[in-house]
Amino acid sequence: MASEALLSVRDLAVEFPTERGAVTVVDGVSFDIRPRETLAVVGESGSGKSVTALSIMRLLEYGGGRIARGNMLYRTRDGSVRDLVKGLPSDLRPMRGDEIAMIFQEPMTSLNPVFTIGDQISEAILLHQDMDRAAARAETLRLLEKVRIPEAKRLLDVHPHQLSGGMRQRVMIAMALSCRPGLLIADEPTTALDVTIQAQILRLMQQLQEEMGMAMMFITHDMGVVAEIADRVVVMYKGRKVEEGTTEEIFTSPQHPYTKSLLSAVPRLGAMKGCSLPARFPLVDPSKGSAASEAPQNTVKSAAEPLLSVRDLATRFDIHKGIFSRVVARVHAVEQVSFDIMPGETLSLVGESGCGKSTTGRTLMQLIEPTSGTIWFEGRDIAALSAAERRGLRRKIQYIFQDPYASLNPRLTVGFSIAEPIVTHGLASGSAVRERVAELLSLVGLLPEHAERYPHEFSGGQRQRISIARALASDPRLVIADESVAALDVSIRAQVINLLMDLQERLGVAFLFISHDMAVVERISHRVAVMYLGQIVEIGSRQDIFENPQHPYTRRLLSAVPIADPRLRSRDRELITGEVPSPTRRVGDEPIVEKLAAVSPTHFVAKHTVGAY
Amino acid sequence: MNSVALPSTSKSAAERIRTPWSEFWRKFRRQKLAVASGVFLLLLVAVALLAPWIAPYDPAAPDYDHVLEGPSWLHWAGTDDYGRDILSRIINGAGISLMVGFLAVTVGGVIGIAMGLLSGFYEGWIDRIIMRICDVLLAFPGILLAIGIVAILGPGVENVIWAVAVFSIPVFARLVRGSTLALKRAVYVDAARAIGVRNIVLMARHILPGALPSVIVYFSMRFGTSILTAASLSFIGLGAQPPTPEWGAMLSAGRSFIGVADHLTFFPGLAIFVTVLAFNLLGDGLRDALDPKLSQL
Repeated sequence: MASEALLSVRDLAVEFPTERGAVTVVDGVSFDIRPRETLAVVGESGSGKSVTALSIMRLLEYGGGRIARGNMLYRTRDGSVRDLVKGLPSDLRPMRGDEIAMIFQEPMTSLNPVFTIGDQISEAILLHQDMDRAAARAETLRLLEKVRIPEAKRLLDVHPHQLSGGMRQRVMIAMALSCRPGLLIADEPTTALDVTIQAQILRLMQQLQEEMGMAMMFITHDMGVVAEIADRVVVMYKGRKVEEGTTEEIFTSPQHPYTKSLLSAVPRLGAMKGCSLPARFPLVDPSKGSAASEAPQNTVKSAAEPLLSVRDLATRFDIHKGIFSRVVARVHAVEQVSFDIMPGETLSLVGESGCGKSTTGRTLMQLIEPTSGTIWFEGRDIAALSAAERRGLRRKIQYIFQDPYASLNPRLTVGFSIAEPIVTHGLASGSAVRERVAELLSLVGLLPEHAERYPHEFSGGQRQRISIARALASDPRLVIADESVAALDVSIRAQVINLLMDLQERLGVAFLFISHDMAVVERISHRVAVMYLGQIVEIGSRQDIFENPQHPYTRRLLSAVPIADPRLRSRDRELITGEVPSPTRRVGDEPIVEKLAAVSPTHFVAKHTVGAY
Repeated sequence: MNSVALPSTSKSAAERIRTPWSEFWRKFRRQKLAVASGVFLLLLVAVALLAPWIAPYDPAAPDYDHVLEGPSWLHWAGTDDYGRDILSRIINGAGISLMVGFLAVTVGGVIGIAMGLLSGFYEGWIDRIIMRICDVLLAFPGILLAIGIVAILGPGVENVIWAVAVFSIPVFARLVRGSTLALKRAVYVDAARAIGVRNIVLMARHILPGALPSVIVYFSMRFGTSILTAASLSFIGLGAQPPTPEWGAMLSAGRSFIGVADHLTFFPGLAIFVTVLAFNLLGDGLRDALDPKLSQL
């Protein structure tokens, strides 16, 4: 064991037995973690990064895996060295939580819903430390204060469902730190959180690491997070370590082609400064190592009539209570939203969860009835259309959902799903349908024979391509893409974004791109609208929003985005505090909505008070 | 499109393709007891169809020289009080029991599925009306309801079918309503709606197939129950009338001789028992093979 290392993993191999023999998911991985160091383990889904973490905790065996070979030497608090591979998984129980602690991705499910926060943290303390209940409770309070939870005392008696995701993750961190572990393993701890909350949690973890002098193993797929937090980086690909180095080295001079292609696929906020048009990712082919071109794209027909005009759109949901189903409150999901989309234009709708961006998309798709407001499509008021005309409209507006797997019927072949809009709208019949499906599949980069298969036979990126093919089947003029790339791995995401831009260039479709990811939005958009609490607080051209943000919420959102460049780590992030308020309001308590003020002919911003601003 | 390397999904394409059917087969084959039950029921159907040719005797022909005889090489299951061959009567009765069971469950199932789909899909007042009807039907014990209906319609095999069908309706309606409520929130249903698919197509193509696995399981289970209920109605004299070789009616006729010749009740009883058991075992096996919640096993 290297003399200074806290944990030294050598030649670790992990297998999962299946019906068709053992599958090796981690193969010969070696790395060290030094005391007080943050090691980031990055890789895409299936790279074996989470399995590596579970092996260190020996929680692997409970999930059906097996350590095939290798050793993992850990230096305990009292200085003795122990091989974590030796012995039964249960022998390691006293070390879990005490010496090595772990936090998980899903703060929603990691806490037991029936116990109060105070009880759960006390339990973790009592398990490893010699303390009575009162002392444990006092210690719990101290821990909650340590993770900067406001009103920590009140929180002791609160149940998990009463907390937001960010608060729950803080509680999980408090729990993990209860025994002052030497090593904290964090498996995608911020992936499920909104970007401003993510920034807060990352900063908190860094502060705590410094205060407590522990080492961190940070597992993530997000190169931006790596650049923010890590000292050293291990890059994993298909169960193997392909590269290791300091964060600087990895970002400035990556050696392995996979690392290069991964970095080329990462959108860097600010990378498009000074460029007014969207541009494709200059992707590096992992097999060749050469980059594709990055050409700006000008597809907007600005002289034409707007394709879609939305004026004062509002969508509210009533909350009923009691035996008479009285309306007690309303969720003001969308409030007085107005915007235009030109033919061939990409308008991005950005904001954090609960800001109403998806509801806006679903309302435009007529999946939800608007409460008020008007929608014009190709110059016609949608509300004035007959039922048959409305169905015809669905041919021209299409929707791509976030989860491609859930949006494809698992019992139908992919070909059938793609053919469905064609048949439904009577656009073709007989063998022409088959030809059109084959054409669409090749258009999105799949093979015509894929039509015979079922959705579960495809990978996530391929499924999203299928959804795109389906959305394009009826020759739409507008495609609403609702977080369509959020669930995809970085390199696949970049490919799908490039595909969308290719299709826009070829077919001239307009996109309403709904996303929480500012860096992706910067790549793809012609114009951007920022939503907060159901309202558009700022709208303008891509350059207006990213280079001259006016509204405080836009600035906050931009400063919270982790940038995949370690040199930009010391940015001022002090303005990020607090949570996003709830859009639920009592009956009669209407939010104030005013017209946006013009900053320039293309750039408008809200000057009235919205929520906390 | 710029150079996008796609990982190929085709690992020797032909054998990797798993249709829902082949997936079902793969899991069902492992349930030995259910497969055996299925084979037995298929044989029973064959026997019922071929009854006139394979039955050793005429089921209605009396033979007063051999009355109430126990099982022998000539009469494997013995003879009844008219000297009729019990085995031949059971073979001929199989068709009646299976037909009654099949028609009753099919009629009940089709009506119930339609009600459940409408109820779950539209909710609101349609749902409330349909579910209240189901509550009323379910409030009666099944056999009591069937007796009541036969009492109104009059005895006879045809009316037994209706009676048994009615008491299957609410079970199917509730089952399908539950699945529909869950499935209509699936994203792919929204996706289909966004494409412009009509409600009726939405129900038939995107929702019903998802509910079918549990319907098939119930179909098999209810099949057994329906045969049992139909036999019970015949037993108390409301179903098939005496000369007909119906299993329940045979049990009823043999009841008076249970002290002297127990084979008169034993063999028809055994036939009912084995058939109902086979349907239930089949249902269990189907559930294990079709239930998505058990798919990890």
